[in-house]
Amino acid sequence: MNANDSTAYGAVPEEAVGLDLNDHTAMDDYQTIGEPLVDNAKMSARDVNVFYADKHAIMDVSLDIGENQVLAMIGPSGCGKSTFLRSLNRMNDIIPICRVSGNIALDGEDIYASNQDTVLLRARVGMVFQKPNPFPKSIYENVAYGPRIHGLAHSKAEMDEIVEQSLRRASLWDEVKDVLDKPGTGLSGGQQQRLCIARAIAVSPEVILMDEPCSALDPIATARIEELIDELKERFTIAIVTHSMQQAARVSQRTAYFHLGKLIEVGDTKQIFTMPRHELTENYITGRFG
Amino acid sequence: MDEKLNLDQHTSQKFNEELQDICTRVLEMGGLVEEQCRKALKALVKDKLELAEEVATSDHKVNEMELAISERCTDILALRQPAASDLRVVVGIIRLVADLERIGDEAEKIGRLVKTLADSRDRSKFRSETKHLGKSVLEILHGSLDAFARMDVAAAIETAAKDHDIDNEFESLTRLSITHMMEEPSSVKSLLRVSWCARALERIADHSVNICEEVVYMVKGSDVRHLSIKEIEDRFL
Repeated sequence: MNANDSTAYGAVPEEAVGLDLNDHTAMDDYQTIGEPLVDNAKMSARDVNVFYADKHAIMDVSLDIGENQVLAMIGPSGCGKSTFLRSLNRMNDIIPICRVSGNIALDGEDIYASNQDTVLLRARVGMVFQKPNPFPKSIYENVAYGPRIHGLAHSKAEMDEIVEQSLRRASLWDEVKDVLDKPGTGLSGGQQQRLCIARAIAVSPEVILMDEPCSALDPIATARIEELIDELKERFTIAIVTHSMQQAARVSQRTAYFHLGKLIEVGDTKQIFTMPRHELTENYITGRFG
Repeated sequence: MDEKLNLDQHTSQKFNEELQDICTRVLEMGGLVEEQCRKALKALVKDKLELAEEVATSDHKVNEMELAISERCTDILALRQPAASDLRVVVGIIRLVADLERIGDEAEKIGRLVKTLADSRDRSKFRSETKHLGKSVLEILHGSLDAFARMDVAAAIETAAKDHDIDNEFESLTRLSITHMMEEPSSVKSLLRVSWCARALERIADHSVNICEEVVYMVKGSDVRHLSIKEIEDRFL
């Protein structure tokens, strides 16, 4: 098991199971509105299409994630935002019927190249899931697991240092420093999620993908994670999928709106929430029936 | 994007009702303020003292409506977290009711001034000029409320553009009055009061222009408060 390869944990996205994504007759020739591309792209997707068997889940999406920025992806259930997020570290590879075309690059290098080591890729592009999913091990081991299998620590002291630093960056250290040998599963939901974030950052990723990281948490735990996301963006590039529009508005610098597998609009978060340019975006963020 | 604000198209029926309720209340408040201004002008140009008294003492109704609308807007912000056009409507209304309230204050001011002018022999000086100014001002006020009711950007800009004529009329009335004061110093006290009434009317037009600018903001999302009418026209007409 790999700290960042959460085969056992990641749920299959809604797009894969029965929503009719082929009902998009009204927008066959669509163009993303706004600024999908940026100058300082850490990851860039070009003309990405994702299929689950014959279901076309993502259609011609081109989108950059700017370095040290938080990109929020919003949209109704089944719109493809999770599928797109999962294609950014090849998490979709674990779904046999899933097929990805187009180009996705990390620092300009194609992550779907045949010589790409996915274990290494997922160390560089870490992931945090909706439900906190700590390993059934001690708090210390949860964080130390990734660095150990990637050979990032050469001594116990070095490992201690990585564990402490990761827990500190995840704002969890003060709460767990005296119980590091207790099971991670014994923590509260919010603490478990921060433990998962600590685990993800322990292997020094460059990008962190978050799939609704707060949907199982209470408002206080949510506020702490959001605060944390804001701090983490100093060091990492973050892409977050969220159902909470207020959360997208609070934590991100750019927001992308997906609808039926299409990237409808991307822009500065402030602009999207005060003056969206596409009617579908407006209808979604204001809670109007589309 | 479609320019209609579709305030009644939310999934939450209750939210539709809340938004429409504040819009309706703004129009009610606008109607009341308009009525106050009409009465104030009538009191001024027809020496109607009872009317002046009424205007001077009933501004509290306008104030109460302002508070009620502001409170409802705060509730919507806190409970609904509106975004995009909904947010702009709520923010625009918060600013707009402040202007309406100030218009009510100006009407009240005219009412009080008419009362103090009652015994002056100069009270009817420049009556036709004042009447004309007042009528144009009422038209602008009405036009701005109409533009709000229909969320009509073109009508809002057209209405705001008329303020230029008001400024000119006010300017020439002021000049007339200064000339008269110099010729007849004993009239200064009364003529100053007449000028203050004209000034109040001119301010009503300015506040009406602000309402028009809020309509542009609500529909178009651009804050045009400090742009010239020419710039606004170039951008949106």
